[in-house]
Amino acid sequence: MLLLQLYWSFFMVGIFCVGGGYASMPLIQAQVITQHNWITMQEFMDIFAISQMTPGPIGINAATFVGTKIAGLPGAIMATMGFVTPSLIIMIVLARLFFKYGNVGALRGILNGLRPAVVALLASALIVFLNVTLWGSENSSINIKDIDIISLVVLITAFMACRSKTPGVIQTLAASGILNLVLHLIAK
Amino acid sequence: MITPPPKTTSFYWELFKSTFLISAFTVGGGFVIVPLMKAKFVDGYHWFEEKESLDLVAIAQSAPGVIAVNTAIIMGYKLAGLQGALVTILATVLPPLITLTIISSCYETLITNNYIKIVMKGLQCGATAIILDVSIDLIRKELNKKLLLPCLIIIGTFIANYVFKINIMYIILFDALIGFLFLKNPKYN
Repeated sequence: MLLLQLYWSFFMVGIFCVGGGYASMPLIQAQVITQHNWITMQEFMDIFAISQMTPGPIGINAATFVGTKIAGLPGAIMATMGFVTPSLIIMIVLARLFFKYGNVGALRGILNGLRPAVVALLASALIVFLNVTLWGSENSSINIKDIDIISLVVLITAFMACRSKTPGVIQTLAASGILNLVLHLIAK
Repeated sequence: MITPPPKTTSFYWELFKSTFLISAFTVGGGFVIVPLMKAKFVDGYHWFEEKESLDLVAIAQSAPGVIAVNTAIIMGYKLAGLQGALVTILATVLPPLITLTIISSCYETLITNNYIKIVMKGLQCGATAIILDVSIDLIRKELNKKLLLPCLIIIGTFIANYVFKINIMYIILFDALIGFLFLKNPKYN
Protein backbone atom coordinates (compact mmCIF):
# COMPACT_ATOMS: atom_id res chain seq x y z
CA MET A 1 0.00 0.00 0.00
CA LEU A 2 2.76 2.34 1.00
CA LEU A 3 4.65 1.41 -2.15
CA LEU A 4 1.62 2.29 -4.28
CA GLN A 5 1.28 5.58 -2.45
CA LEU A 6 4.94 6.38 -3.19
CA TYR A 7 4.45 5.46 -6.83
CA TRP A 8 1.34 7.61 -7.12
CA SER A 9 2.84 10.64 -5.34
CA PHE A 10 5.85 10.74 -7.62
CA PHE A 11 3.65 9.99 -10.63
CA MET A 12 1.80 13.24 -9.82
CA VAL A 13 5.09 15.11 -9.46
CA GLY A 14 6.17 13.73 -12.84
CA ILE A 15 3.00 14.88 -14.58
CA PHE A 16 3.00 18.39 -13.25
CA CYS A 17 6.74 18.96 -13.34
CA VAL A 18 6.85 21.52 -16.13
CA GLY A 19 9.87 23.60 -16.99
CA GLY A 20 12.90 21.69 -15.80
CA GLY A 21 14.44 20.24 -12.68
CA TYR A 22 14.11 23.04 -10.16
CA ALA A 23 10.46 23.49 -11.10
CA SER A 24 9.78 20.08 -9.56
CA MET A 25 10.95 21.16 -6.10
CA PRO A 26 7.73 22.84 -4.91
CA LEU A 27 5.75 19.88 -6.26
CA ILE A 28 7.90 17.38 -4.40
CA GLN A 29 7.68 19.53 -1.29
CA ALA A 30 3.87 19.59 -1.51
CA GLN A 31 3.58 15.81 -1.94
CA VAL A 32 6.32 14.58 0.32
CA ILE A 33 6.41 17.08 3.20
CA THR A 34 3.07 18.84 3.33
CA GLN A 35 0.78 15.99 2.35
CA HIS A 36 2.49 12.84 3.62
CA ASN A 37 5.08 14.01 6.17
CA TRP A 38 7.53 11.49 4.74
CA ILE A 39 10.62 13.66 5.30
CA THR A 40 11.43 16.90 7.14
CA MET A 41 12.17 20.25 5.53
CA GLN A 42 15.81 19.93 6.63
CA GLU A 43 16.16 16.58 4.86
CA PHE A 44 14.53 18.09 1.81
CA MET A 45 17.16 20.84 1.70
CA ASP A 46 19.87 18.21 2.10
CA ILE A 47 18.52 16.40 -0.94
CA PHE A 48 18.86 19.64 -2.86
CA ALA A 49 22.51 19.97 -1.76
CA ILE A 50 23.25 16.35 -2.66
CA SER A 51 21.64 16.82 -6.06
CA GLN A 52 24.14 19.53 -6.85
CA MET A 53 27.02 17.11 -6.53
CA THR A 54 25.63 13.76 -7.62
CA PRO A 55 24.44 12.54 -11.01
CA GLY A 56 20.85 12.85 -12.10
CA PRO A 57 17.99 15.32 -11.98
CA ILE A 58 16.75 16.45 -8.59
CA GLY A 59 13.38 14.75 -9.14
CA ILE A 60 14.96 11.30 -9.37
CA ASN A 61 17.31 12.02 -6.49
CA ALA A 62 14.38 13.08 -4.32
CA ALA A 63 12.35 10.03 -5.36
CA THR A 64 15.21 7.70 -4.45
CA PHE A 65 15.97 9.42 -1.15
CA VAL A 66 12.36 9.53 0.01
CA GLY A 67 11.64 6.02 -1.25
CA THR A 68 14.68 4.57 0.56
CA LYS A 69 13.75 6.30 3.77
CA ILE A 70 10.10 5.18 3.71
CA ALA A 71 10.38 1.65 2.35
CA GLY A 72 14.00 0.75 1.57
CA LEU A 73 15.15 -0.24 -1.89
CA PRO A 74 11.69 -1.30 -3.15
CA GLY A 75 10.47 2.16 -2.12
CA ALA A 76 13.27 3.85 -4.03
CA ILE A 77 12.48 1.84 -7.15
CA MET A 78 8.72 2.44 -6.95
CA ALA A 79 9.11 6.19 -6.36
CA THR A 80 11.55 6.53 -9.25
CA MET A 81 9.33 4.50 -11.57
CA GLY A 82 6.39 6.69 -10.59
CA PHE A 83 8.38 9.79 -11.41
CA VAL A 84 9.39 8.65 -14.91
CA THR A 85 6.17 6.88 -16.00
CA PRO A 86 4.39 10.08 -17.14
CA SER A 87 7.50 11.10 -19.11
CA LEU A 88 7.61 7.72 -20.84
CA ILE A 89 3.95 7.87 -21.88
CA ILE A 90 3.94 11.51 -22.95
CA MET A 91 7.25 11.32 -24.84
CA ILE A 92 6.23 8.23 -26.80
CA VAL A 93 2.94 9.83 -27.84
CA LEU A 94 4.77 13.00 -28.90
CA ALA A 95 7.49 11.01 -30.68
CA ARG A 96 4.90 9.05 -32.68
CA LEU A 97 3.15 12.30 -33.65
CA PHE A 98 6.50 13.77 -34.67
CA PHE A 99 7.62 10.79 -36.75
CA LYS A 100 4.22 10.66 -38.47
CA TYR A 101 3.51 14.34 -39.00
CA GLY A 102 7.05 15.75 -38.66
CA ASN A 103 7.08 16.96 -42.23
CA VAL A 104 3.66 18.58 -42.19
CA GLY A 105 4.04 22.34 -42.60
CA ALA A 106 2.52 23.44 -39.30
CA LEU A 107 4.52 21.06 -37.10
CA ARG A 108 7.65 21.75 -39.13
CA GLY A 109 7.10 25.46 -38.49
CA ILE A 110 6.72 24.92 -34.75
CA LEU A 111 9.94 22.91 -34.61
CA ASN A 112 11.72 25.50 -36.74
CA GLY A 113 10.76 28.00 -34.06
CA LEU A 114 11.78 25.75 -31.19
CA ARG A 115 15.19 24.74 -32.55
CA PRO A 116 16.75 28.21 -32.15
CA ALA A 117 15.00 28.40 -28.76
CA VAL A 118 16.82 25.25 -27.61
CA VAL A 119 20.13 26.81 -28.69
CA ALA A 120 19.33 29.96 -26.70
CA LEU A 121 18.28 28.02 -23.59
CA LEU A 122 21.51 26.05 -23.80
CA ALA A 123 23.51 29.29 -23.99
CA SER A 124 21.60 30.61 -20.99
CA ALA A 125 22.32 27.43 -19.00
CA LEU A 126 25.95 27.74 -20.07
CA ILE A 127 26.31 31.17 -18.46
CA VAL A 128 24.82 29.94 -15.20
CA PHE A 129 27.23 27.01 -15.31
CA LEU A 130 30.26 29.20 -16.01
CA ASN A 131 29.22 31.34 -13.07
CA VAL A 132 28.83 28.40 -10.70
CA THR A 133 32.02 26.71 -11.91
CA LEU A 134 34.33 29.70 -11.83
CA TRP A 135 32.85 31.87 -9.07
CA GLY A 136 31.19 29.31 -6.85
CA SER A 137 27.56 30.39 -6.98
CA GLU A 138 24.87 31.35 -9.41
CA ASN A 139 24.43 34.85 -8.04
CA SER A 140 28.00 35.75 -7.16
CA SER A 141 29.33 39.02 -8.54
CA ILE A 142 31.55 38.39 -11.53
CA ASN A 143 34.87 39.79 -10.52
CA ILE A 144 38.05 38.66 -12.29
CA LYS A 145 39.97 38.77 -9.01
CA ASP A 146 37.67 36.24 -7.33
CA ILE A 147 37.92 33.68 -10.09
CA ASP A 148 38.80 30.13 -9.02
CA ILE A 149 42.12 29.63 -10.84
CA ILE A 150 42.26 25.83 -10.61
CA SER A 151 38.70 25.48 -11.92
CA LEU A 152 39.61 27.83 -14.76
CA VAL A 153 42.64 25.71 -15.67
CA VAL A 154 40.57 22.49 -15.64
CA LEU A 155 37.83 24.16 -17.67
CA ILE A 156 40.22 25.45 -20.34
CA THR A 157 42.05 22.12 -20.57
CA ALA A 158 38.75 20.26 -20.97
CA PHE A 159 37.56 22.82 -23.51
CA MET A 160 40.71 22.41 -25.61
CA ALA A 161 40.27 18.64 -25.44
CA CYS A 162 36.69 19.10 -26.72
CA ARG A 163 37.76 21.34 -29.58
CA SER A 164 40.37 18.81 -30.69
CA LYS A 165 37.45 16.31 -31.03
CA THR A 166 39.75 13.43 -30.03
CA PRO A 167 38.65 12.26 -26.56
CA GLY A 168 35.04 11.22 -25.99
CA VAL A 169 32.66 12.97 -23.64
CA ILE A 170 33.08 10.50 -20.81
CA GLN A 171 36.88 10.46 -20.98
CA THR A 172 36.85 14.28 -20.89
CA LEU A 173 34.64 14.31 -17.80
CA ALA A 174 36.58 11.63 -15.93
CA ALA A 175 39.91 13.30 -16.77
CA SER A 176 38.56 16.65 -15.53
CA GLY A 177 37.69 15.10 -12.18
CA ILE A 178 41.16 13.60 -11.82
CA LEU A 179 42.95 16.74 -13.05
CA ASN A 180 41.09 18.86 -10.51
CA LEU A 181 42.10 16.50 -7.69
CA VAL A 182 45.75 16.45 -8.82
CA LEU A 183 45.91 20.25 -9.12
CA HIS A 184 44.40 20.66 -5.65
CA LEU A 185 46.93 18.23 -4.18
CA ILE A 186 49.81 20.10 -5.87
CA ALA A 187 48.48 23.48 -4.73
CA LYS A 188 48.39 22.22 -1.16
CA MET B 1 27.33 10.21 -42.72
CA ILE B 2 24.36 9.01 -40.71
CA THR B 3 24.40 5.28 -40.14
CA PRO B 4 21.17 3.92 -38.63
CA PRO B 5 22.34 1.29 -36.15
CA PRO B 6 21.32 -2.38 -36.60
CA LYS B 7 19.09 -3.62 -33.76
CA THR B 8 21.52 -6.18 -32.39
CA THR B 9 22.32 -7.06 -28.81
CA SER B 10 25.62 -5.24 -29.09
CA PHE B 11 23.77 -2.10 -30.23
CA TYR B 12 21.45 -2.20 -27.21
CA TRP B 13 24.45 -2.75 -24.96
CA GLU B 14 26.27 0.19 -26.59
CA LEU B 15 23.14 2.36 -26.18
CA PHE B 16 22.76 1.34 -22.53
CA LYS B 17 26.44 1.76 -21.73
CA SER B 18 26.82 5.21 -23.27
CA THR B 19 23.57 6.53 -21.76
CA PHE B 20 24.45 5.05 -18.36
CA LEU B 21 27.92 6.63 -18.37
CA ILE B 22 26.60 10.01 -19.51
CA SER B 23 24.00 9.94 -16.75
CA ALA B 24 26.57 8.80 -14.18
CA PHE B 25 29.01 11.57 -15.02
CA THR B 26 26.43 14.33 -15.30
CA VAL B 27 26.64 16.26 -12.08
CA GLY B 28 24.27 19.11 -11.31
CA GLY B 29 21.27 17.80 -13.15
CA GLY B 30 19.00 19.10 -15.84
CA PHE B 31 20.18 20.53 -19.09
CA VAL B 32 23.77 19.26 -18.90
CA ILE B 33 22.85 15.86 -20.26
CA VAL B 34 21.57 17.35 -23.53
CA PRO B 35 24.91 18.55 -24.95
CA LEU B 36 26.54 15.35 -23.66
CA MET B 37 24.06 13.10 -25.47
CA LYS B 38 24.34 15.25 -28.56
CA ALA B 39 28.14 14.96 -28.47
CA LYS B 40 27.97 11.19 -28.04
CA PHE B 41 25.13 10.20 -30.36
CA VAL B 42 25.60 12.79 -33.13
CA ASP B 43 29.34 13.47 -33.16
CA GLY B 44 30.52 10.17 -31.69
CA TYR B 45 28.28 7.43 -33.12
CA HIS B 46 26.66 9.37 -36.02
CA TRP B 47 23.31 7.84 -35.12
CA PHE B 48 21.45 11.13 -35.69
CA GLU B 49 21.71 14.22 -37.77
CA GLU B 50 22.39 17.29 -35.70
CA LYS B 51 19.18 19.02 -36.78
CA GLU B 52 17.13 15.97 -35.92
CA SER B 53 18.72 15.75 -32.46
CA LEU B 54 17.75 19.38 -31.85
CA ASP B 55 14.17 18.67 -32.95
CA LEU B 56 14.03 15.80 -30.46
CA VAL B 57 15.43 17.99 -27.67
CA ALA B 58 12.87 20.67 -28.55
CA ILE B 59 10.08 18.13 -28.11
CA ALA B 60 11.62 16.83 -24.88
CA GLN B 61 11.95 20.36 -23.55
CA SER B 62 8.36 21.32 -24.27
CA ALA B 63 6.80 18.28 -22.56
CA PRO B 64 6.26 17.91 -18.81
CA GLY B 65 8.87 15.95 -16.87
CA VAL B 66 12.61 16.26 -16.48
CA ILE B 67 14.47 17.16 -19.64
CA ALA B 68 17.25 14.62 -19.08
CA VAL B 69 14.75 11.78 -18.83
CA ASN B 70 12.59 13.08 -21.68
CA THR B 71 15.60 13.47 -23.98
CA ALA B 72 16.82 9.97 -23.18
CA ILE B 73 13.37 8.49 -23.85
CA ILE B 74 12.80 10.21 -27.17
CA MET B 75 16.31 9.48 -28.46
CA GLY B 76 16.02 5.82 -27.46
CA TYR B 77 12.56 5.64 -29.04
CA LYS B 78 13.84 7.19 -32.26
CA LEU B 79 16.74 4.74 -32.43
CA ALA B 80 14.94 1.51 -31.54
CA GLY B 81 11.27 2.04 -30.69
CA LEU B 82 9.80 1.13 -27.31
CA GLN B 83 12.70 -1.21 -26.49
CA GLY B 84 15.15 1.60 -27.17
CA ALA B 85 13.17 3.97 -24.93
CA LEU B 86 13.12 1.41 -22.11
CA VAL B 87 16.87 0.86 -22.44
CA THR B 88 17.71 4.57 -22.31
CA ILE B 89 15.26 5.36 -19.49
CA LEU B 90 16.73 2.55 -17.38
CA ALA B 91 20.27 3.71 -18.16
CA THR B 92 19.38 7.30 -17.21
CA VAL B 93 17.64 6.40 -13.97
CA LEU B 94 20.02 3.76 -12.61
CA PRO B 95 23.07 5.96 -11.83
CA PRO B 96 21.16 8.43 -9.60
CA LEU B 97 19.18 5.53 -8.11
CA ILE B 98 22.36 3.66 -7.18
CA THR B 99 24.26 6.75 -6.00
CA LEU B 100 21.44 8.05 -3.86
CA THR B 101 20.76 4.65 -2.32
CA ILE B 102 24.41 4.47 -1.27
CA ILE B 103 24.55 8.10 -0.19
CA SER B 104 21.44 7.96 1.95
CA SER B 105 23.10 5.15 3.94
CA CYS B 106 26.40 6.96 4.57
CA TYR B 107 25.33 10.52 3.95
CA GLU B 108 27.31 12.25 6.72
CA THR B 109 30.67 10.71 5.84
CA LEU B 110 30.36 11.46 2.15
CA ILE B 111 29.16 15.03 2.29
CA THR B 112 32.08 16.02 4.50
CA ASN B 113 34.77 14.22 2.45
CA ASN B 114 36.95 16.82 0.81
CA TYR B 115 38.43 14.63 -1.92
CA ILE B 116 35.01 13.60 -3.18
CA LYS B 117 33.98 17.25 -3.27
CA ILE B 118 37.07 18.15 -5.31
CA VAL B 119 36.54 15.38 -7.87
CA MET B 120 32.88 16.42 -8.18
CA LYS B 121 34.00 19.98 -8.79
CA GLY B 122 36.33 18.71 -11.53
CA LEU B 123 33.44 16.89 -13.20
CA GLN B 124 31.49 20.13 -13.12
CA CYS B 125 34.35 21.99 -14.85
CA GLY B 126 34.47 19.29 -17.55
CA ALA B 127 30.70 19.42 -18.08
CA THR B 128 30.84 23.21 -18.42
CA ALA B 129 33.61 22.89 -21.02
CA ILE B 130 31.51 20.42 -23.04
CA ILE B 131 28.45 22.70 -22.92
CA LEU B 132 30.66 25.58 -24.04
CA ASP B 133 31.99 23.50 -26.94
CA VAL B 134 28.53 22.35 -28.09
CA SER B 135 27.01 25.83 -27.66
CA ILE B 136 29.69 27.47 -29.79
CA ASP B 137 29.13 24.97 -32.62
CA LEU B 138 25.34 25.27 -32.50
CA ILE B 139 25.25 29.05 -32.34
CA ARG B 140 27.77 29.37 -35.15
CA LYS B 141 25.77 27.01 -37.34
CA GLU B 142 22.52 28.83 -36.64
CA LEU B 143 24.11 32.23 -37.43
CA ASN B 144 25.77 30.91 -40.59
CA LYS B 145 22.35 30.22 -42.09
CA LYS B 146 21.97 34.02 -42.21
CA LEU B 147 18.23 33.94 -41.61
CA LEU B 148 16.89 36.88 -39.62
CA LEU B 149 13.99 35.36 -37.68
CA PRO B 150 15.80 32.35 -36.14
CA CYS B 151 18.58 34.72 -34.99
CA LEU B 152 15.97 37.00 -33.41
CA ILE B 153 14.46 33.97 -31.67
CA ILE B 154 17.87 33.05 -30.24
CA ILE B 155 18.50 36.57 -28.93
CA GLY B 156 14.94 37.08 -27.70
CA THR B 157 14.77 33.69 -25.97
CA PHE B 158 18.13 34.22 -24.34
CA ILE B 159 17.15 37.64 -22.95
CA ALA B 160 13.71 36.43 -21.82
CA ASN B 161 15.23 33.44 -20.05
CA TYR B 162 18.50 34.76 -18.69
CA VAL B 163 17.78 38.44 -18.03
CA PHE B 164 14.05 38.47 -17.27
CA LYS B 165 13.81 34.91 -15.87
CA ILE B 166 10.49 34.34 -17.64
CA ASN B 167 9.06 30.84 -17.14
CA ILE B 168 10.49 28.55 -19.83
CA MET B 169 7.05 27.16 -20.66
CA TYR B 170 5.77 30.60 -21.74
CA ILE B 171 8.92 31.22 -23.79
CA ILE B 172 8.57 27.87 -25.55
CA LEU B 173 4.87 28.43 -26.29
CA PHE B 174 5.70 31.84 -27.71
CA ASP B 175 8.54 30.52 -29.90
CA ALA B 176 6.34 27.65 -31.08
CA LEU B 177 3.67 30.20 -32.05
CA ILE B 178 6.20 32.27 -33.99
CA GLY B 179 7.39 29.14 -35.77
CA PHE B 180 3.81 28.10 -36.53
CA LEU B 181 3.00 31.53 -37.98
CA PHE B 182 6.20 32.49 -39.80
CA LEU B 183 8.64 29.59 -40.19
CA LYS B 184 6.69 27.08 -42.30
CA ASN B 185 8.80 27.86 -45.36
CA PRO B 186 11.12 24.88 -46.09
CA LYS B 187 14.14 27.20 -46.20
CA TYR B 188 13.93 27.30 -42.39
CA ASN B 189 14.13 23.49 -42.10
